[in-house]
Formats: sequence, C-alpha cells, structure tokens
Amino acid sequence: MDILRIATAGSVDDGKSTLIGRLLYETKSITQDKIEALEMASKRKGLDFLDLSLLTDGLIAEREQGITIDVANIYFSTPQRKYIIADTPGHFEYTRNMVTGASNTKVSMILIDARNGVLEQTFRHFFIASMLRIPKVIVCVNKMDLVGYSEEKFNAIKADIQAIADKVSFEGQEVTFIPMSSLYGQNISIQATEMPWYAGLPLLAELESTSFDEIKKPARFPVQFVVRPKTEEFHDYRGYAGKIASGSFSVGEEVTVLPTGQTSKIATIEKFGTQLQTAGAKESVVITLETDVDVSRGNMLVKAHNQPSQLKEITARICWMDSQPLVAGKTYILQHGINDSKAKIIALNSKIDVVNQDTIVDAVSELKLNEIGEITLKTAKPIFADKYADNPANGAFILIDDQTNSTAGVGFVL
Amino acid sequence: MNSDIPKHGFFPRELEDEAIYILREVAAQFEKPALMFSGGKDSITLVRLAQKAFYPGKIPFPLIHVDTGHNFPETVEFRDWLAKETGAELIVRYVQDSINQGKVKEETGKYASRNALQTVTLLDAIEEFKFDACIGGARRDEEKARAKERIFSVRDDFGQWDSKRQRPELFDMLNGRIAIGENVRVFPISNWTELDVWNYIKEEEMAIPSIYYSHQRQVIERDGMLWADSEHLNKDADEIPFEATVRFRTVGDMTCTAAVASEAVELDDIIGEILSAEISERGARIDDKRSEAAMEKRKQQGYF
Repeated sequence: MDILRIATAGSVDDGKSTLIGRLLYETKSITQDKIEALEMASKRKGLDFLDLSLLTDGLIAEREQGITIDVANIYFSTPQRKYIIADTPGHFEYTRNMVTGASNTKVSMILIDARNGVLEQTFRHFFIASMLRIPKVIVCVNKMDLVGYSEEKFNAIKADIQAIADKVSFEGQEVTFIPMSSLYGQNISIQATEMPWYAGLPLLAELESTSFDEIKKPARFPVQFVVRPKTEEFHDYRGYAGKIASGSFSVGEEVTVLPTGQTSKIATIEKFGTQLQTAGAKESVVITLETDVDVSRGNMLVKAHNQPSQLKEITARICWMDSQPLVAGKTYILQHGINDSKAKIIALNSKIDVVNQDTIVDAVSELKLNEIGEITLKTAKPIFADKYADNPANGAFILIDDQTNSTAGVGFVL
Repeated sequence: MNSDIPKHGFFPRELEDEAIYILREVAAQFEKPALMFSGGKDSITLVRLAQKAFYPGKIPFPLIHVDTGHNFPETVEFRDWLAKETGAELIVRYVQDSINQGKVKEETGKYASRNALQTVTLLDAIEEFKFDACIGGARRDEEKARAKERIFSVRDDFGQWDSKRQRPELFDMLNGRIAIGENVRVFPISNWTELDVWNYIKEEEMAIPSIYYSHQRQVIERDGMLWADSEHLNKDADEIPFEATVRFRTVGDMTCTAAVASEAVELDDIIGEILSAEISERGARIDDKRSEAAMEKRKQQGYF
C-alpha cells in the first residue's frame, strides 16, 4: 500500500478546514465519539450545523481565534492508499508553514472561494507549489453553493488561475480544476448533483487516480550511521546505515564514496538481516562494501558515472523562516540531508516579489521572515548536492542559526 | 455505520523506513538518548523498530519506564520479558518515590489517577541521567494537539512544549541542535495511525501484553465505560464489580484506561474491531476527557 502526501493551501475563511473535515467524514475516518464531541462544540459556538473545521483546529489559540495557525497532519485511508494531509494555514504571515507543510508532498490542493476568485494569496500558493516542484496541483473552487453552482463563474475563475499557472508552473506540472461545495458535500467523494455541467472527477476520485511516472533519478545514499556490533558473531562487520535519497542500488555494483573518491563494490544490502538484491528511493537499509574503505556519517555513496557536484560555493533560492532576518556576511550551519557544514552568506543577490512575479535586484540588504530571495553562500566542507530542479530529493538544505539553534530558512540549490 | 468500509489490512512499508531513519538520526545527533517505554503497543512497536534500525548491533540507548505503581501487572511482566529478549538496558523510576519525596501529591476522589504525577518523575529521570533525547510512541492521529507536534519536539529546562516556538521541519531534515538543559522529545511513529500499528504488529508477528486480547475481568461501570476493578480504583458504594469479557484498546494506568467489551482473541479480530469501531482510541482515555484542551495543557507542563 502506498502513501499519498497532500498539502492544502487557502486563505482565511475559504473553507479549507471544512473541506478536510468533509473528506474525513465521507471516507468514514471520524468515529462516532469525535462526531459527538463536534456536535457539542458546534452547539457551544451557537452554530446549527456541524462545524467540521473544529476537527483540525487543535490548539487552544486556534479555537479561540477561529483560525488555523500551525501545520496539522491529518490521516485517512481508502482501500487504495493511505493519505497524509498537511493542512497549512493560509495567512500571509505564515508562508513558512506553507513551505514546511508542502515540502514532503506530491499534491498541492489550493482552495479558492468561488465568491472571491483569485486573491493575492493565490499567487503565493502557486509560486510555492512551483518552487517546491510539486508535480500536481488541484485547484478546489469551493463554496460553489454561494454562487448558484454557476458554470460561468467557475470558468471565469479557471481562466484567471490558468493565467497564473502559465506564468509560474514548471514543465510537467499538472493543474486540475474541480468545482465543489464542501459544506454540502458536492464533488467531494461523490459526483455533484448540483453541477451536471462538470464532466471531471470529484475530489476523492481525482486523488485515487493520481499516480506519478517514476523518472529515473541518480543514485544517492547518504550515510547516516555506521553499524559496528563488535560482537563475537559479527566481529569485523561494518555496515553503512541510511535511507536512499534517490535512485537505486544493487548488490555487485561499483560505488564511489564522497568526498574521498574511493571506490568499492556493494557486498550486501540488508534490512534487519533480510538480504536484498536491489533497494530504491526512501528505503532505509544497511549497505556493506567488499573492501575496507573509509566511510563515516555525512559521506555519500554514489555511482562513479553519475556524481553530484562537490559544492563549496552554492547559489540557491531561499525561503526565510526566522524572525531574525538573513543578512550577508552572517554565518549559519547548513544542513543538507544528514550532512552539515558551517556556511557564510557571501551575497544576497535578489528578493522575489511573489505576488507581482518580479525580481528585485537593487539594494537588497536583508531577507525577512516569510520572504523569498536568491543568495550565494560558501561552505567550510563540500556539500554533495544536485540542483533542486534536477533532483529535489538531493537538492534542498536548511540553514540553522548557530546562536538560537532554530531552523531559520530553507534553500533550493540552483 | 461503517459496515461498507472494506477491510484493508496492508501496512505501508514507507512508514517503517521513515521511523528507522528517525531513530538513526537520534543515535547520531544526540549524546544520551533514551526510549520511553510504557508497555503499550506503540512503545513495543518502537522497540521493534529500534532493533531493526541498528541490527546486527544492539539498541544503542536504554529503555526507560516510569512506573506509576498503577500499571497493569501484565504490562510490567511484559516489559521485563521484552528487555531480556532484546538485550536492551532497562531503567525504571517510580512515581511512588516522587510521592514519598513530597514532590507530588496523590490525587483524591473517585477519579484520582497518577497520570499527571508521572510527568514529575519523568523530568527527574531526565535530569538524573542527563538524557538529551527521549523517544516516545505518540502518534498524530491520536489527538488534535498531537497532530501539530513535530517529530523532533524541543522542550525547555522544565520539559515544556511551546506550540508557537516549534521549529519548521522541512523534507526529512531533522534539526536536533539544543542548548544545555534543553532536551528533545522524538516521535518516530508520528505518521502512523492506530490501524497502521496493528497491521505492523501482525505483519511482524510481534508479541504484545495479554490484556490487549479478550479476557475475563472484574469491572465496574462508570460514565458509560468499563473500568478495571483494582485496589487503586476509588469506588462509590453503588459501584459493584462484576465479571465481563473485555480487552484493552489502549493501555495506560489501571485508573485511567477503560476496557471495551470484546471477544477478540486474535490480531485479525482486533483489526476488524478497529475498522468497524465507532469510538476513537483515546475515547477510552479518561485523562483526555477532562477538557477539550486537556492534552495541550498537559504537554505544556512536560507530559510526553
């Protein structure tokens, strides 16, 4: 059974929480006691309908203010697959949460209130989905009940959004539009009765039918941990534990160790004693090599004919997530996968005005919380990264403030 | 109401790969991690995952159990057996000691439980052993405050969780850097649901304490739930114990975990029950029912 990870993005009051509540409700993922708790809470708020948004707004501050503040992870499953939804808040000031929530996902669901159409936020959502190279975007045109289920209205919104998508989408990104009403369950798990003019699939069927062609990516194995049992039985055992970032590895293949450049052949690929012939992306395995080479945490096993660059100077797009702004000259800790190095910001090249799709080049002195820009930095140790656009699984890094230890920003190698 | 749900009993292996990756990060990034072991199915699953993550090496950190003194005897027995079986080091600290030292006071009344008290014992143990990372079996599907907690959740000197100061977690990069005195709670099975855990237990043929299966037990009925009768439960005069066929769906203390009437004697029966259940797992946790924000408030105080 596979897992489909989805991110949701929307603006205040476009019914995102209600949509998720509706998905859970219609896939029978909420139990009776939770529905009863919901009924009670809805009544306390003086509502005469089931407020499905109360299902996901879990923090005290969120319930008090009636808004979503932090990324919530929500789970449901169908006979086909397991779904994980990262429900990210839609406020301007929470761009960092949107990027965080979307970073692990394959599908982005962008909500639009049919009464309002395109908002400033819509640009931001599309830009982020594109920046993260999320392969599929589903535009949920919600609250169709409030515009009389009008086909004309839907088509007008679709045309507006298509224009944005044409500007920021990357090649191969799929954009799908669905008119719906999450309050009345129109086009969520069953075909809408109120919109016979819509020929596409309802949301759940669209998700169920989503699949991605695996494009062959280069083999990358970051070594997380060296297993050395030093017991009688495994006296000379040296295994390299890690999760394959991308591509695949097979027994007998020649590999190169970065940064040393030493080569060896794969002797075994193991999973708790089970011997595998081949292992692929996202699998946590232990690899042993035929010869004694020097390998430690932070090193990377790759194939000789397809190696990443060993970068000490990196140009990257950055999304800033800290209240302390990013400034040129400051030193951070750069963490790329499980490898890290000190890094110094050499230059702040530009800042991106996400809404107007403009790049501001002149006089960029700092990057503030929730701003996106382009920087050049220098690292103390080489980083074995691919360009994010070529291989997202090996092309992103985070910057950590070495004074506060907070994760201050995320970068995408250009 | 759920009779039309198909029985889908497949465990997504990606979840195991993710959890093993997280456990290896803990071993690599921290000096003194520990696995918080409760004897419940989630922490038993963690032990299994830790065995796999470091095989053929041993689990490189101890298991720590905060014994409230109100645990089910079956759980304690199982805990000792599992530690022996896996060769893992087991550390036990007692809430009774915290009470004797005057650090906490026993609750009174018929809802008295030691659930809230164990936080103090845990924080003392963290200080005693200087643990910098404590691995726990909490899952995000259990409760809505948990749905927002990170995989690496930083706690201050007082063990407190601040929902507004959480670090963003991007892709699979885990930032475990902390200042002296701080520690991190780590939740490797954050993305698992109750059903995932049971499917995993089944596919891995894992042993679990007998109280998860149907058995005969003396219970009382209170607030529409079945409570296990024991010397620790404060009963009203009209609460007369009777024998029932029950099992436990979640295992905490005897004073805060309700039993469910059940005939489930095999894992398949249990999985079938969960698929058709009309009440959620934590619906059987009396400690969560104290208020709508009960879990978040306890987490702010250092509860795991």
